[in-house]
Amino acid sequence: MKFKGIFVVFVMLLAIWLVLNNTLQMAPLLIGAGVSLLLSVVLCTKCSVFNDIRLTPKTFYYTLVYLGVFIVELVKSNFDIAMRVLNPALPINPGIIKAETILKSKMARLILANSITLTPGTFTIDIKENILYIHCVHIDGDNTEKYAQSIVRKFEKYLEVLYG
Amino acid sequence: MEYLEIIGAIVTLIGAMFILFAGIGLLRMPDIYNRIQAGTKASTLGSMLTLLGIGLIHPDWLLKIVLLIIFILISNPVSSHVLGRAAHFIKVPLSSRTAVDKLAEDEDRVTQSK
Repeated sequence: MKFKGIFVVFVMLLAIWLVLNNTLQMAPLLIGAGVSLLLSVVLCTKCSVFNDIRLTPKTFYYTLVYLGVFIVELVKSNFDIAMRVLNPALPINPGIIKAETILKSKMARLILANSITLTPGTFTIDIKENILYIHCVHIDGDNTEKYAQSIVRKFEKYLEVLYG
Repeated sequence: MEYLEIIGAIVTLIGAMFILFAGIGLLRMPDIYNRIQAGTKASTLGSMLTLLGIGLIHPDWLLKIVLLIIFILISNPVSSHVLGRAAHFIKVPLSSRTAVDKLAEDEDRVTQSK
């Protein structure tokens, strides 16, 4: 099933081209479609990264839900870090903790690690197989295992539906 | 039209405030890992809001600005991850307030068993 990967990359490239051009005239559209097709075929015949995506109507719904959850987390944790930075006592309890993920596909792990990195207060230092090493500015409570699971679980339940 | 400009200016101002917090965080945090946290990521929301504000002032640019925001969202975590990974790899010391370092524990175990 290499066609799915090629198709996904083709649609992405064409969308970026159309947004940059800001027109729907025939000539730019055809040039964009041709170049996108060529690039996606050349680059993606051997790459398997996009093959794990499930293309069903449910995928679009869950992608939107995931984006919503992600943006809420982003804003929340930005305020959290801003408060910690401005507090004269600097209330931080940093450390590198270990979290296991149940996600199998490479793409899903990539998105999970990037989402954890983008929410301030936590960032992924290393991934080994299914174990993520996460640096946290403030570890809540004494149980680091439980806290690590709570960070991963927030995003994992949506990515599980998207990629399996 | 004028309302949009005022809203855009306010959004840009909030974004600039987040970038200011990121700068203060860079000065106050004790070690490199916490500085990466404050410096690279409080600025993510900051630059996103700043760009969005500009997009509201000039609505024709909005689509391209959304594209810019997506590129920032993709490149930002990768760069901060690489910085942190490299710092841990050459054993930059963590601050004395650090509670646990599970990665160093696991790497020690691997080198001992070899």
